[in-house]
Amino acid sequence: MDIKRELVDILEHDARRPVSDIAAMLSCTEDEVKKLMKELVNDGTILEYQTLINWEKLGDTRVTALIEINLAPQREVGFDAVAERIYKFDEVKSVYLMSGSFDLMLVVEGRSLKEIANFVATRLSTIEGVTATSSHFMLKPYKKDGVVITGKEEDHRLVVTP
Amino acid sequence: MKEQLDWKRRLSPAVNSIQPSSIRRFFDIASKMEDVISLGVGEPDFVTPWNIRESCVYGLEKGYTSYTANRGLPELRKEIVNKYKRQYDVTYDWETDVLVTVGVSEALDLAMRALLAPGDEVLIPEPCYVSYQATARLARGVPITVPAKIENEFRITPDELEPYVTDKTKILVIGYPNNPTGAIMSRDDLLAIAKFAEKHDLIVISDEIYSALTYTEQGPICFASLPGMKERTLVMDGFSKAYAMTGWRVGYVCGNPTLIAAMTKIHQYTMLCASIMAQMAATEALRNAEDSMKAMVKEYNRRRKLIYNGFVKMGLPCFEPKGAFYIFPDISPTGLTSEEFAEQLLEEEHVALVPGNAFGASGEGHIRCSYATAIDKISEALVRINRFVQKRM
Repeated sequence: MDIKRELVDILEHDARRPVSDIAAMLSCTEDEVKKLMKELVNDGTILEYQTLINWEKLGDTRVTALIEINLAPQREVGFDAVAERIYKFDEVKSVYLMSGSFDLMLVVEGRSLKEIANFVATRLSTIEGVTATSSHFMLKPYKKDGVVITGKEEDHRLVVTP
Repeated sequence: MKEQLDWKRRLSPAVNSIQPSSIRRFFDIASKMEDVISLGVGEPDFVTPWNIRESCVYGLEKGYTSYTANRGLPELRKEIVNKYKRQYDVTYDWETDVLVTVGVSEALDLAMRALLAPGDEVLIPEPCYVSYQATARLARGVPITVPAKIENEFRITPDELEPYVTDKTKILVIGYPNNPTGAIMSRDDLLAIAKFAEKHDLIVISDEIYSALTYTEQGPICFASLPGMKERTLVMDGFSKAYAMTGWRVGYVCGNPTLIAAMTKIHQYTMLCASIMAQMAATEALRNAEDSMKAMVKEYNRRRKLIYNGFVKMGLPCFEPKGAFYIFPDISPTGLTSEEFAEQLLEEEHVALVPGNAFGASGEGHIRCSYATAIDKISEALVRINRFVQKRM
């Protein structure tokens, strides 16, 4: 594996790993790691360093919904122009163009069910080109971005074994 | 009152001649500590990949709870044979050359019992896994340990073995990638050993349980794949380390059909067969878990580099381990014996590891650290060990 890919692979799961550790893991110098990280940010490979949070631990009651959207494609720009109008809303966390019976899949976050319902009714469905919407509210997250949220498996090993 | 029975006298002399594993003591102390970081564990920190576990559950639901053929499930043996053909171009017959065992440990025991007559000698390079000597002794054989040298990164050479050969020498045991040192043998190293085995007409037991954990570009080398070696080699491997399946207790041995048949006889009367659940899971491992295995190996490799770097920075002499998940630094600059080091480190810094002398006299002056633990814990352990070492140098 080339060093860039290896670095991204490490950072994807653990962006807070000290540069000194990463340098040891990649058998290169700390300066080289810093330089590579800068390059990866500059060329848009690394978009952002984020933290995966279990909001429930803070008593947060935010609501997430998956929203399917059907579109009438437009000449020249296809779905892109409408997608742009949609992803510019802060409430919209992710947008994907999909194959199948609908066109866009949105992940929308809000403080309450009502807030999201309102957002769909007044903002999304009124956009020109949007022909139908269908909202699915998430009830309980089990796993997010490859990480199991509750019920992690514990280490059952003995402390010392040959 | 009836007089107490003198049990020690009644026990088999062969059993009396072997010592219980010395690491038990560290286990007892470490188990009582709360914030202990253990680098003393000889097994993966990963849980068995889900598809493997799931296949076992499915098997149970379908009612696969019976005995299997003594030699093991045909589909598992076929997968094992395929693996050797694919990976090493070594051809085995699944019906006659393979025996599925309860871990490599059982395979070792069977091999010693099938081969040794009282007084036959077994050459065992040290430091090595704790079972080699014990299984030879229990089979009434005589283990002859041969120290490997740190100058040579704990690889063994014919020159080192030669002085220990007698007309009683029958078996040579090699275990690379090595527990506890992390050493591997190059192709040339192994070719030299092959020549030596041929010269003295030795049977070679090649314990390749860590083969998947080889961190070189060319990958592991199967001893039976060397010219002329298949006939005289018993290759042992299993699922514990590569697929994080230690608790399933399933391994296998491949070799000459007459020898395998002899081992099967003992297996038949003592173990009968490896558990069917474990065998079904092992079949799934060989069929569908290569990606999971490779992901684990990649992770071990990163930790390996991190821990090696840590010990080099500490100033403890240490060679770069290229296999298994152990590193074996030389702690003699601290002036402590390996047991003193392990004990004091555990008391002062709450880091558990295994003193090198647990793996034979030539392991004295070393400690075995396992990096089969989360990277944060390795980092923290390195900080603690460094603090401990710097006070003594």
